[in-house]
Amino acid sequence: MRDERVRRYGSVALVALLIAVLPHFIPSYGAFELTYVGAYAIGILGLIVLTGASGQISLGHGAFFAIGGYTVALLGQKLGVPYWISLPLAALASGVVGLGLGLVALRLEGIYLALATFALAVATPSTLKHFKALTGGSQGVVLSPLAVPGPLHGLITPEQWLYYVTWTLAGVFFFATSLALHSRLGRALHALRDNEIAAVSFGVNPHRYKTIAFGWSAAYAGVAGAIVAIATAYASPDAYGIALSLALVTGAVLGGLDTLWGALIGGVIVEFLPLWAQNINPAAPSVIYGIALILFTIFLPGGIGRALQSALNSLRLRGGNQHARS
Amino acid sequence: MPALLEVRDLSIHFGGIAALTDVSFEVAEGHISGLIGPNGAGKTTCFNCITRLYQPSSGRVLFSGDDLLQRAPHELAAKRIARTFQNVALFDRLTTLDNVLVGYHSRYASDVAGWRRDDAGRREALAVLDYLGLLGIADRPVRGLPFGTRKMVELARALAASPRLLLLDEPASGLSAEEVVSLAGVVKRIARDFGATIIMVEHHMQLVMSVSDHVIVLASGRKIADATPAAVQRDPAVIEAYLGAA
Repeated sequence: MRDERVRRYGSVALVALLIAVLPHFIPSYGAFELTYVGAYAIGILGLIVLTGASGQISLGHGAFFAIGGYTVALLGQKLGVPYWISLPLAALASGVVGLGLGLVALRLEGIYLALATFALAVATPSTLKHFKALTGGSQGVVLSPLAVPGPLHGLITPEQWLYYVTWTLAGVFFFATSLALHSRLGRALHALRDNEIAAVSFGVNPHRYKTIAFGWSAAYAGVAGAIVAIATAYASPDAYGIALSLALVTGAVLGGLDTLWGALIGGVIVEFLPLWAQNINPAAPSVIYGIALILFTIFLPGGIGRALQSALNSLRLRGGNQHARS
Repeated sequence: MPALLEVRDLSIHFGGIAALTDVSFEVAEGHISGLIGPNGAGKTTCFNCITRLYQPSSGRVLFSGDDLLQRAPHELAAKRIARTFQNVALFDRLTTLDNVLVGYHSRYASDVAGWRRDDAGRREALAVLDYLGLLGIADRPVRGLPFGTRKMVELARALAASPRLLLLDEPASGLSAEEVVSLAGVVKRIARDFGATIIMVEHHMQLVMSVSDHVIVLASGRKIADATPAAVQRDPAVIEAYLGAA
């Protein structure tokens, strides 16, 4: 038991250390790319809460990215609100809309919820274009870059600063999510996912918890969308289309929905898979997404995260046995 | 002794089929009651009405004077009513311990409670597992456990709810002969150690007759007998229902 804890905290500390020193060994553009990885990881963490823990499907999380992105963009452009205020507001706005969608989702199950959220993803860009006066239509909104705070001037680049802000937030969300999923709340979600009737019989209010999961998940997606908008310094309707929503789901499934590490792996996939695939053929990313989704659902439903964990476990067991024999 | 549970004129029909017709009975606090009857008599339907999974067409269910039919299904656990299921309804992807901790759900003060390794719920869940001899499988996922063990995990989950009223739906089905003998002991011990009032739907007559203070017999959705085990076994209506005498 104690060994297991040491190992778990040890691996977390190792990854955290790696993330902390990485920007100093890679070019500035690398830090920029890894900021996106962090943002996507936060978004996928939301899908792990929603789909992995509570068993509800969303093919429309790009819409919450849009709410987050446009919240920081518009608050900055129209009212001059600084990011440290607008970022929490992005989470709040997205979370509230998520709670609302969660109430609707209570009436939809499985494939119907998937279709409804898919429709949301499809409708997002045109909705943003429609309200021109507020959103600037297809032109989008330009964001000011995140300034490096005074004391750190000259020490790190703006790209590195955004990188550290993003990964600090990611770290906080990973920790908070891990605690929450191991509390009464997380167990209630898991119980509803596995057997709703039994969960209800033991006092789990299905409406309350399913709605909470939607709001919670959407808040993460809002933060992720805000970070992407700040990093890009631009929020435009077409960035939040169905492609983003499907990329997030693919990243979540490939990374693994039942371990938080899956979000990290999923973030890497969402950022880098299209870049690699484009070298083969411009149309390759969506084809690879499709094929990978089918293959993983059939052969590796736990995703890369679960597979890595089992591989490490079996390696350790074998190592342990040899140790015992010698 | 005062009645903990009062079922009055309970009726429910599914389409044209009357599953229960004017069923009334009382269960005294601290008693173990058997609810028996031939297949299709309405035993599980009766359980599902009491636990609010089904909405009765008419009738009342009073628990300690409180009308349960006015409550939502998820509110019953807080009144300390717990149950097991005929077809074992566990949370398959969770460990034994986490399954039992869901049983503790309504006793936690808040949603963020229970993440520490030494919280009250965890201590009590482990104590319950120890009580039922399941401590060794606390960290095992329940999916791979043998059927008899899964039924005991369900029982542990119900006990974690600290039930005043415990409804057991066919606890002996699928168990081996030895397991049934030990189950009889477990049921009696639970009634004594947890102060729980128990109602048990069961086909295993020897088990029902040996542990029950009181037996209620249903046939074709109607109550046909309601007495001590010895009296029920002599009741001509019960014998007819079971043997189908013309």
